[in-house]
Amino acid sequence: MIFAFLIVGLVFFISYEMFVDSAESRHKFGFDFIFSSNWNPVTEEFGALPFIYGTIISSILALLISLPVSIGVAVFLSEIAPKSVRTPFSFLIEILAAIPSIIYGFWGIFVFAPFMRNTVQPILQSTLGFLPFFKGVIYGTGLLTASFILAIMITPIIAAITRDVLKAIPVSQREAAYALGATRWEAIKMALLNAKSGILGGAVLGLGRAIGETMAVTMVIGNKAQIKASLFEPAYSMASVIANEFSEASGSMHISSLIEVGLILFGVTFVINSLARLLIYSVTRKA
Amino acid sequence: MTGIETISGRPKNLTRRKLVNKIMISLCVVAGIITILPLLYIFFYTTKSGLTSLNLDFFTQLPKPVGEEGGGMANAIVGSLVLIALGSVIGIPVGILAGIYVSEYSGSIISTIVKFTTDVLSGIPSIIIGIFAYGIIVLPMKRFSAIAGGFALGIIMIPTITKITEEMLKLVPQTLREASLALGVSRWKTSLFVVVKTASSGIITGVLLAIARAAGETAPLLFTSFGNSFWQTSIDEPMAALPLQIFAYAISPYDDWHRQAWAGAFVLILLVFVVNLIVRYVTRNKFGTSQ
Amino acid sequence: MSFCFFNERPAIEDINLRIRKNRVTAIIGPSGCGKSTFLRSLNLMHEMTPKSKVIGSIKIHGKDISESNAVDVRKNVGMVFQKPNPFPSMSIYDNVIAGLKLNGNKKNSDLDDIVEKNLKHAGLWEEVKDRLKTPAMSLSGGQQQRLCIARTIAVNPEIILMDEPTSALDPISTAKIEELIYNFKSEYSIIIVTHNMQQAARVSDFTAFLYLGKLIEFSKTRRMFTNPKERLTEEYVTGKFG
Repeated sequence: MIFAFLIVGLVFFISYEMFVDSAESRHKFGFDFIFSSNWNPVTEEFGALPFIYGTIISSILALLISLPVSIGVAVFLSEIAPKSVRTPFSFLIEILAAIPSIIYGFWGIFVFAPFMRNTVQPILQSTLGFLPFFKGVIYGTGLLTASFILAIMITPIIAAITRDVLKAIPVSQREAAYALGATRWEAIKMALLNAKSGILGGAVLGLGRAIGETMAVTMVIGNKAQIKASLFEPAYSMASVIANEFSEASGSMHISSLIEVGLILFGVTFVINSLARLLIYSVTRKA
Repeated sequence: MTGIETISGRPKNLTRRKLVNKIMISLCVVAGIITILPLLYIFFYTTKSGLTSLNLDFFTQLPKPVGEEGGGMANAIVGSLVLIALGSVIGIPVGILAGIYVSEYSGSIISTIVKFTTDVLSGIPSIIIGIFAYGIIVLPMKRFSAIAGGFALGIIMIPTITKITEEMLKLVPQTLREASLALGVSRWKTSLFVVVKTASSGIITGVLLAIARAAGETAPLLFTSFGNSFWQTSIDEPMAALPLQIFAYAISPYDDWHRQAWAGAFVLILLVFVVNLIVRYVTRNKFGTSQ
Repeated sequence: MSFCFFNERPAIEDINLRIRKNRVTAIIGPSGCGKSTFLRSLNLMHEMTPKSKVIGSIKIHGKDISESNAVDVRKNVGMVFQKPNPFPSMSIYDNVIAGLKLNGNKKNSDLDDIVEKNLKHAGLWEEVKDRLKTPAMSLSGGQQQRLCIARTIAVNPEIILMDEPTSALDPISTAKIEELIYNFKSEYSIIIVTHNMQQAARVSDFTAFLYLGKLIEFSKTRRMFTNPKERLTEEYVTGKFG
């Protein structure tokens, strides 16, 4: 059963390979790489801060948008919907999780970004325009649009895990709540509280997905290495810069820097996924 | 109402609780609808734009040079098939065998580590897998190639296949394993010829799911398989792939190319839909017989 | 054949008995007394349960089985389970030869004969001879259990362990299996676990009574049911508890 070990070896090998291949950039820039926002292939100066910023902000926003909806869907699927609705509905959610990200991106450029530009963003600006987040020129593409697309993409993932975790909570607990005179929502709330570490695990897993998402983000985030307060402004993410620049990178320093961005991305997603799995195991194993 | 009032003595509180109940339950239903809306929108939009652009040329013609109308994605479709075949050579055996290990030897520390690593591997962004394939195949070969792309897709397929193999094997009743062992059949033969054979339809669905996922992957192919506007049959050369072609056409400024990209997107969505439908059907049968 | 067994685990302990060749030995006792655990350790099946261990020795023809490979032991010590468990993905025919095939003996010319011989032996041949290629799951529960018996004897074991082989079956199927057990005596040594005392009285030559993981009494069946030595045994066989 060497093949099983192969997987463990593979993960180590991936991290080793990226560590070695990014040596050039790591030696030259050191920790400045993370804190500098100057990314200039011509002068061979590389700092990854704008990408890290874009990735973190878009992913966290996506999670904030997605989480309440995901929990709602999971509750709907596991507690409210009758079986005749539940089965086709779960199927649709599975499909939503299986659609290739390139299609989300494509749809994002041609349908969703214009919708943001013409409807959502003007409304936000006219009502909440006094906040720095909603100032500036409206492009349609940008940080906010990317966050929404990401939110759509991670909702099925978080919802599926929340649903599984809720299923792992024994029915007897809910019956006990009902027997004490709780309303339906109060019984559900108790189940949710009991499942909270599992739900948190699902959320963290969704966050990991959002951080690593490449194609859809590349197509709608605007691809501009800058840090601006306004969410309407274009931005850039770690995965997108790799996708855009890697195959046409000029010098070895450029490649090495991109691999270092990849290494950071790998490290972050590795930690986040490990955390998420531990949280999820802690709930589902008990049941 | 009056009965409850006398018992609880707090009618207002109860009214409020019932109201909260109604609101929250409705919000959950609304959440369900909100989630499904983009799916339906994407599905119908892609179908509408894709179907009108889909024609025989799409499947039989090569891409036309910039500025000329027409052409198709024949080379990209063939390229995707080649890449998936290459990926399957790596992904299917490793995925299934690891799944067997995790399920049949569950409980041991090693199998827990493997299970955990598999879960973590499934969360690693596919673009990272692309960099990895670039590092160990493209760099030494000094050129982009279908081999590198297939390798990346293979790694991406592994966790999906492992996970489903594991779950399907867990559905096989313990008594069958005992029956085989009691005949003096060794443990690995029992796993391979009795348990896996019994769960084979479930495992095949896992493979299908992994293939559907790999077919839509774009990021790891960007700098491994790279893409190609021409026929390419040798696997140590850059090769076109459907999602790469969709990406290139989608961000181009030409309407005709956008139409073709929608056609490609439609083909991909159809693939995902059909595979998921098959998986549903097969796994439902599985549950039917085991309960 | 001599046979000794010690165990210091809480489940069962201090069981010493000699099982005679070509006889049927029944193991009886109330639920949870360790009958199945005991039986499963005889062909090293307990290894399927994580962290379980046998302390002491189990000898067949004076040779300790823990010294040989579990696979070899199980070829020699067949087992029939509580619930019929034919392989669902195989036909009736393939089920009978499953053990041979998986162990790597497959001279195709002999297989037909082997299938016929063992199905006849298990009293199933007449019922299934026209549909050997149909799935094993199409048989009734009693037929499935006889198929499992045919599958077990096809490997040519010396000893057959039966773990409540009729508890999932109707009375008619049970009678057929009991008849098989009676006929098998000339060829095999059989150890049968049963919760049904009448069954033990009907089919066995020797009976062991287990209670709370301990061997209370072991003697000839007739004696056990007519004139038991121990008070506990008497109470159990006369239905005072259990």
